[in-house]
Amino acid sequence: MEKGKGVMGSCRRWAVDFSDNSTAPSSRDIPDPPGFTRASVDQDDSAVSRQKKDAESNWKAQKAWEVAQSPFKNLLMMGFMMWMAGSTVHLFSIGITFSALWQPISALQGVGKVFEPYKDNKVDLLGPKLLFIALNLGGLALGVWKLNTLGLLPTHASDWVSSLPPAQEVEYSGGGVPL
Amino acid sequence: MAIRSFFAPFLFFALCSYSSLTPVLSLYEDQVGLMDWHQQYIGKVKQAVFSTQKTGRRRVIVSTEENVIASLDLRHGEIFWRHLLGSNDVIDGIDIGLGKYVITLSSGGSVLRSWNLPDGQMMWESSLQGPKHSKSLLLVPTNLKIEKDNVIVVFSNGRLHAVSCIDGEVLWNKDFEAESFEALQVIQPPGSDLIYVVGFAASSQFEMYQINARNGELLKHERATFSSGFLREVSLVSSETVVALDSTGSILLTISFQNGEISFQQTPISSLVEDPSGPAVIIPSSVPGIFAIKTNAFTIFIRVIGEGKLEVVEKTNHETTVSNVLPISEGQQAFALVQHAGSEIHLAVKIAHDWDGNLLKESIKMDQQRGLVHKVFINNYIRTDRSHGFRVLIVMEDHSLLLLQQGAIVWSREDGLASVIDVTASELPVERDGVSVAKVEHNLFEWLKGHMLKLKGTLMLASPEDVAAIQSMRLKSSEKSKMTRDHNGFRKLLVVLTRAGKLFALHTGDGRIVWSHFLQSLHKSGTCQSPIGLNLYQWQVPHHHAMDENPSVLVISRCGPSSDAPVVLSFVDTYTGKELNSLSLVHGVVQVIPLPYTDSTEQRLHLLIDSDKHAHLYPTTSEALRIFKREFSNIYWYSVEDHNGIIKGHALKCKCTDEAADEFCFDTRDLWSVVFPSESGKIIATVTRKLNEVVHTQAKVIADQDVMYKYISRNLLFVATVAPKGSGEIGSVTPEESWLVAYLIDTVTGRILHRVTHHGARGPVHAVFSENWIVYHYFNLRAHRYEMSVIEIYDQSRADNKDVWKLVLGKHNLSSPISLFSRPEVITKSQSYFFTHSVKAIAVTSTAKGITSKQLLVGTIGDQVLALDKRFLDPRRSVNPTQAEKEEGIIPLTDSLPIIPQSYVTHALRVEGLRGIITVPAKLESTTLVFAHGVDLFFTQLAPSRTYDSLTEDFSYALLLLTIVALVAAIFVTWRLSERKELQDKWR
Repeated sequence: MEKGKGVMGSCRRWAVDFSDNSTAPSSRDIPDPPGFTRASVDQDDSAVSRQKKDAESNWKAQKAWEVAQSPFKNLLMMGFMMWMAGSTVHLFSIGITFSALWQPISALQGVGKVFEPYKDNKVDLLGPKLLFIALNLGGLALGVWKLNTLGLLPTHASDWVSSLPPAQEVEYSGGGVPL
Repeated sequence: MAIRSFFAPFLFFALCSYSSLTPVLSLYEDQVGLMDWHQQYIGKVKQAVFSTQKTGRRRVIVSTEENVIASLDLRHGEIFWRHLLGSNDVIDGIDIGLGKYVITLSSGGSVLRSWNLPDGQMMWESSLQGPKHSKSLLLVPTNLKIEKDNVIVVFSNGRLHAVSCIDGEVLWNKDFEAESFEALQVIQPPGSDLIYVVGFAASSQFEMYQINARNGELLKHERATFSSGFLREVSLVSSETVVALDSTGSILLTISFQNGEISFQQTPISSLVEDPSGPAVIIPSSVPGIFAIKTNAFTIFIRVIGEGKLEVVEKTNHETTVSNVLPISEGQQAFALVQHAGSEIHLAVKIAHDWDGNLLKESIKMDQQRGLVHKVFINNYIRTDRSHGFRVLIVMEDHSLLLLQQGAIVWSREDGLASVIDVTASELPVERDGVSVAKVEHNLFEWLKGHMLKLKGTLMLASPEDVAAIQSMRLKSSEKSKMTRDHNGFRKLLVVLTRAGKLFALHTGDGRIVWSHFLQSLHKSGTCQSPIGLNLYQWQVPHHHAMDENPSVLVISRCGPSSDAPVVLSFVDTYTGKELNSLSLVHGVVQVIPLPYTDSTEQRLHLLIDSDKHAHLYPTTSEALRIFKREFSNIYWYSVEDHNGIIKGHALKCKCTDEAADEFCFDTRDLWSVVFPSESGKIIATVTRKLNEVVHTQAKVIADQDVMYKYISRNLLFVATVAPKGSGEIGSVTPEESWLVAYLIDTVTGRILHRVTHHGARGPVHAVFSENWIVYHYFNLRAHRYEMSVIEIYDQSRADNKDVWKLVLGKHNLSSPISLFSRPEVITKSQSYFFTHSVKAIAVTSTAKGITSKQLLVGTIGDQVLALDKRFLDPRRSVNPTQAEKEEGIIPLTDSLPIIPQSYVTHALRVEGLRGIITVPAKLESTTLVFAHGVDLFFTQLAPSRTYDSLTEDFSYALLLLTIVALVAAIFVTWRLSERKELQDKWR
C-alpha cells in the first residue's frame, strides 16, 4: 500500500486520509459532512483525473511486468551460487540449496501480495503473475535438482530399504559344545 | 557420502559420521580414570612367606593358583610387585633366601628363579633337568653353607640339586634312578651337614637316603618294606620321624630313621579313638611332635611321645586348619590353629610341645559369605614389651585373603575376582522418590562451582591448584557411582561368577563390590566334594510391564566335571544378591539353551538338555509350557562333539515316555549330522552370534547407491577345523601338511552354506561372529605370521528388490518372516590380512540399536585390549578404491592390519592374564561398555563412532549459560536502542 500512496502523493502536496484504506464509497459508514457533495468534487477534475488514471494504469502494468521478471535475476544468481557450492554435502551447499528451495516457495505463497499494489480494473495482471509463478517454479526445480545432485532425494532403492529391520526367522536353534 | 535422505535430522547424523571417518580414539592424559577402572588381583594364595626383617618394610610373598608371585604390603594388603608366569610354568614352591631373594621353583621343578625382594627384579634363572618326572620339592636351609655360599636344595625330576643362592649355579646333583622311587620329603636337620630324602618305592617300600650336603655324596641308603602299603602322604613330626597311613587308612605308621636305621611302629586308629568312622587321611603339616588326621566326621590331633607312642590330644568335629610352623625362639616353634564355630572363627596360637597352653586365643567374627578357612600362614612380631605378637594370614574358601592381628581383620583382598568364569550385566533400580531438597541445593551450588572452575579451565585462567581441583572433581564425580539407573545407561551392575563359586556384583561406575554371595550349592559339602560353577544366564530382565519385579540371574552349578553329576540351578536377585530359589535337578545337564521367548513376568524360557538327550523346560510353569507348545515345532538344537568331530542337529519330538518324567520333559530326535573325518579335520573352534545382539538393518548401501542384503541369521554356526597334525605344538608340522577349513553351517537344517580352506594355516583359532560377518585369527605357517580373515555373507535372493515404487508402497517381502527350510542363495566375500599379535580373545562392540559402526576388541598377547575398526576388515577393500568407494569409507587395501598405539582401549594398563572381553550396550546408542577380565579386571566405555548423540563430559555448561545470558542482554539493549532511534526518526 505504501507504493499506492506514493503515487497519489505525487499530485497532492500532502493528504490526510480519514477513511480506512478501502476507497469504495459503499463501504463507508460515516455519513458525508453537511454541505459536502461527493459527485460535484469528482466531476470537477474528471478530465484531468482520467488522464492521470490512464498514465497510472500504464505505469502499473509496466511495473507489474518488471516485478514478474525479477525472479529471473535471482535464478541466475542462485545458479551461480550452486555452481560455486559444489556437489558434496557440507554446511555451505546445504544452506544454499535450502535457501534456493525456500525463496521460490515463499515467493509463490506471496504472489497475491506482490501484485497487490498494481491491482487495477484496467490492468491485466494474469500475464505477469503467470510469468512470476513460472520463474519461481523454475527456481524451485533448480533447487530440487541441486538437492538431487547432492544425493539428498530418496530416488534409489537403498533410500527405502536402508532402515528395514532384518526379517524374522521362524525357526530357532541353540546349543553348542557340551558343558 | 552415500547417505541419501530427505530429512534434516539425518543430515546431522551424516555430518557426524563423516567426521568419524578419521578414527582416532585416543584419550588425553587427564581423561584416564574418568570412565575406566582397573583392579589388580593375584588369585587364591597357595603359599605365603613372610619377610619381616628388622629394617625395611614388612611384606609377605605369595604364590597363587593363578600362577602369580606377588609381594604384598603387610599393613594394607597392597601389591608391591607382581609377576604372572605363563600357564605352562606352574609354581611349585616359593621361599626366601638370605632374607633378600625370593626363590621360586616352577614348571614341574625344572625352572628355579631368584627375584630381588624389594623390587621384584629377576636375579637369576637356572634350568634343572633330570632323568624322569617326579614331585618337586624346594628347601631353603637357613644356615647350610658350602664354601661361603648359601645353598638351595631342590628335588625335582628325580634328581637332587644343590644350587647356589647367589648366582643360581648348580653346585652338585645326585640322581635317584630307582624306577619307582617317589620322594616325599627332603629334610635337612638344622646344624648338621646331612640331607635326608625319604619316600616310597613300589607302594609298599619305604626308602631313606642320607646324603652329605657338602658334595652330594650318598652316605647311606636304607629301605624297609611294609606289606600292606602306604597312602601317599606323610607328616613330618621331627627331623628324623615321619608319620604315614597304611593303604586302608586305618593304621598309623610312625617311621623313624634315626642314625640311618628305619623302624616302624604301627598304631591302629581304632585304638586311639573309639569311633573312627571311616578311613582317615593325614593333613600334611610339619609341626614337631604333633600331626593331624581327618576322618569323615572328625579332625584328630595326635601327639607323638617318644619311641613311636601316640596320644590323642584333641578330637573335634569343627572344620580345622593348621598353619605352617614358625620358630619363635631357641628350640620353640609356634603354629596356629583356626576352627570354625558358627559365624565366628577361633584362632589359637600354640607352642609345638605344649598343646594345652595357648600363646594366643582369639575369636573373630567372620562373614558367612567367605566360606571355610582353607589355608593359614602365621608370622610374629616383637611387641614393645618384648613379648611375641602374632599375625595370621588366612585364605578362605572364596579365595579371599585376610590378615588377622589382635583379634581383628586388618585387611582383606577379594582375590576370587582373579578367576572370573562368567559375566552378565544387570540394570540398577530405577530412581523412585526424588532426592531431598537440601541435597539438590547443595548439588546445585557444587554444580555451579564445578562449572565455574571448568570455565576457568577452558579460558586458561585456572591456577595449578584449580587444575588439580578440576581433575579430582572429575575423577570422583558422585554421579557415576550412584546406585540408580541413569538416563544414558552407563551405570549397571556386572554380575560375575568366580571359580570359587562366589557371585559378585560390581558397579560399572567405580568397580566397587555392591554385593557378594557365596552360593549354597557351591559350598563344599558332604554330598558334593568339588562343586563347580558352570555358567551364568540372565533369567529375568524386567522391563515394560513387569517393572516391579527385580531382575535375576540363573547360576548353573554341577558337582564335579562329569556330565551326569547332579546339577543345581540357583536363582539370584541382582538388586539384593539374595538367593531366591535353588533347584536340585534329578537329571544331568549337558547343554543350556536360552530360548528367545519370555513369559508375562519377563522370565526367559530355558531348555536344559540332559545326557540322554531329553529336553527339560524351565521355568516349570503352565504359562511357560503354553508358550513353549506354541513354538514347539520351531525349536531345534544342535550339539558339537569336538572329540569325535561330529556336529548333530536335533528336533523336539514329543513328551518324555518315561513314567517318572513330568510334563516339562520332551524327547528329541536326530535330524542331521555333519561328520568331519578324523584324518582330515579336528574341530578347534565354534562360534555363533550372541543371542541378544541387535541388528539395525538388513541392507548395506554400497557405492553408487546400490544395495546389498545381509544374510542375517541367528542360526549360523562358524566351525574351524584343522588338520590333525596341525593341532600339535608349533613347529611340529610343515605348511604342506597343515590346513585350516572354515565352515558356515545352518544349525536348523544342517546345510553348509560356505566353506573355505586356508592351506598352510594352523590354529589356535579365535573368532567372533556378528551381524553377517565373521572375523577369525589363525597362524599362517608359510608366511610365519598371524593372519586375520573376514567372511561377509549376503543374501542373493533379495538382491532384485530394486524397484523404488514397490518399496515406496511397501509391496515387497523383505520384512516378512522367513523359514530356513526355503533354500537361501548366499554369496560370501572374504579377505585376509596379516596381523602382528597373537591373540588371547576377540570380541566386538555392541550397541543398543546396532546403528553405530562396529569395532573389534582384540585381547593381545601383551594383555592389552586393542580396538580395531571393522572397516579395516572389509572384504570390499581394494588397492585402488574408486572415488565413490572412497566416499563410502573404504580404506585402500594393505597386506597387514594397522596397529595404532592410540587405539589401545586399556591405554597404559595391562589386564594381566587376560581371558575374556565382554561388551554390554549402554542406552545411549553411540556408547558400549567394555569389561575385560583375567587376573586383573578392567572396565571402560567406548564410542566407536565418537559420542555423536551427546555432549562430551568436558562440555562447559557455564560457558553456554553465560553466552545465553549475554545474548539475552544484548537483545534487550539493542531493542531499547532501536526503539529510541525509531522514535527520534518519527519526530524528525
